[in-house]
Amino acid sequence: MPDDKIAPFHGFGLGLRIPHFQHFLTEDVPVDFVEIISENFMVAGGRPLHVLDQVRQRWPVAMHGVSMSIGSADGVRADYLKRLKALADRVQPLWVSDHLSWSRVEHVNSHDLLPLPFTDEALDAVCANILHVQEVLERPLVLENPSTYLTFADDQMTEWAFLTEMTRRTGCYLLLDVNNIYVSGTNNGFDPYEYLAGVPADRVRQVHLAGHSQGRERLIDTHDQPVPDPVWDLFSRIYPRLESVAAMIERDDNIPPLDDLLSELDVARRIAADVTMVAA
Amino acid sequence: MSLLSLQREFLDFLLDQPSDIPVAVNGDSGPGLAVYHNAFRAQLVACLKDSYERLWAWLGDDAFDAAARHHIARHAPESWTLGEYGVGFAETIEVLYPEDPEVAEIAALDWALRRAFDGPDAPSFDPQRLAEVDWDKAAIHFVPTLDLLPVTTNCGAIWSAIAAGDDVPSAQFLPEPAWVRVWRMELQPHFATIEGTEMDAIQLAASGLSFARLCDRLAEKIGVEAAVEAAGRYLASWLQDGLIADIQ
Repeated sequence: MPDDKIAPFHGFGLGLRIPHFQHFLTEDVPVDFVEIISENFMVAGGRPLHVLDQVRQRWPVAMHGVSMSIGSADGVRADYLKRLKALADRVQPLWVSDHLSWSRVEHVNSHDLLPLPFTDEALDAVCANILHVQEVLERPLVLENPSTYLTFADDQMTEWAFLTEMTRRTGCYLLLDVNNIYVSGTNNGFDPYEYLAGVPADRVRQVHLAGHSQGRERLIDTHDQPVPDPVWDLFSRIYPRLESVAAMIERDDNIPPLDDLLSELDVARRIAADVTMVAA
Repeated sequence: MSLLSLQREFLDFLLDQPSDIPVAVNGDSGPGLAVYHNAFRAQLVACLKDSYERLWAWLGDDAFDAAARHHIARHAPESWTLGEYGVGFAETIEVLYPEDPEVAEIAALDWALRRAFDGPDAPSFDPQRLAEVDWDKAAIHFVPTLDLLPVTTNCGAIWSAIAAGDDVPSAQFLPEPAWVRVWRMELQPHFATIEGTEMDAIQLAASGLSFARLCDRLAEKIGVEAAVEAAGRYLASWLQDGLIADIQ
């Protein structure tokens, strides 16, 4: 792997979403970086790549995928990796990220971020897949903690212990989704603050801030609401422990006007400045 | 349970097949399993709505959802990309609506336009280069997003009216079967309903025949005078529509 480290990047960004394309093409949007959903741009041509090329000329871009299926017991699909590598070569991103989850095995692809059992066998499989992906992409991978709605009877460790061992064995980095920690903690009965204390903070390169919805018996990771107070509080706790980090508001549905997201991003900036000052 | 077995069982559960996944999760995980079960179908339905937006408008929510769930029950997603899940949905619609051919034709048009949207780039042929063309030998090369759909109804007029928010015409058969050509010019997908003779001309050109030979073949079908007039008209519209990538 030519680059086995990812330099820290400090800044505040937003996801590039279709309703905001024109703003990013024509305005001086006050963000330090932009995150794209990789699969939306793993296409042959047309408007998506046309927009992306122009955005990339103006901002650093982080590539964030949803289809890698890093936890598949039968490995990561070669055709997917080939197209992801081509996009990364074109974009020259800050980094390439995906989720600590699985979506497919053999021929069926659920296109959902399904939960992994936190077992030694799953850890071995994930780490083998990460090392392969990093070899193909020629860069370290960044993995995000997903929201989960259940736990497995065979679990042998906590999620944060799994993440810690995974980064130690593979040299990969973390994208910490603070909302997902809150959602999973509420659904699965762990303390989000204990989670934050347990993750290897020096491996975190990016933070997602998002909202969720209350389902009948579970919190649902809808990413379609403003960031709620409990998530801001978790952010304020973890931020002083991180090196320079790229923090962003992640909204995937019910997309509001860009100014609304920029206002939320200002809240993140303010909290980061406040807690950094206190820590100093 | 091994990781591979667990993942097979989980997918079986999502696909409503017999599954041991309930015994692999902790006792209080029933509601969690329900979240994944619902999300699997909801995401596929949403994907089909996104890919088949005008079909959705034509059928309405209930009929579209029923068709989508019928398709999902018979077609497990396999591609690495969710965007490909719409492949074959028009065929499902054709089976579900055998007496209403406009429904499947609107579906096919939706899908062709979606494919053209992010299909391969190719700059259009510059008409200023026409003077350089050796018409006896040169063949026409179309842009790679060109697709051709057989139609029997006014599906194009219905599609356009829905897209524009205009009054939508009722479904009608065309006077005779025709074709719709779909392509992208620069960044914008387009479509046009064309007569059978133009379809013949496009297929002849796409087969690699020189334009001169193409004119000869048209003349065999419709006579020399009509063939010369038609070929000139088609060439002019192909150039204007950005349908031609190269002539050589």
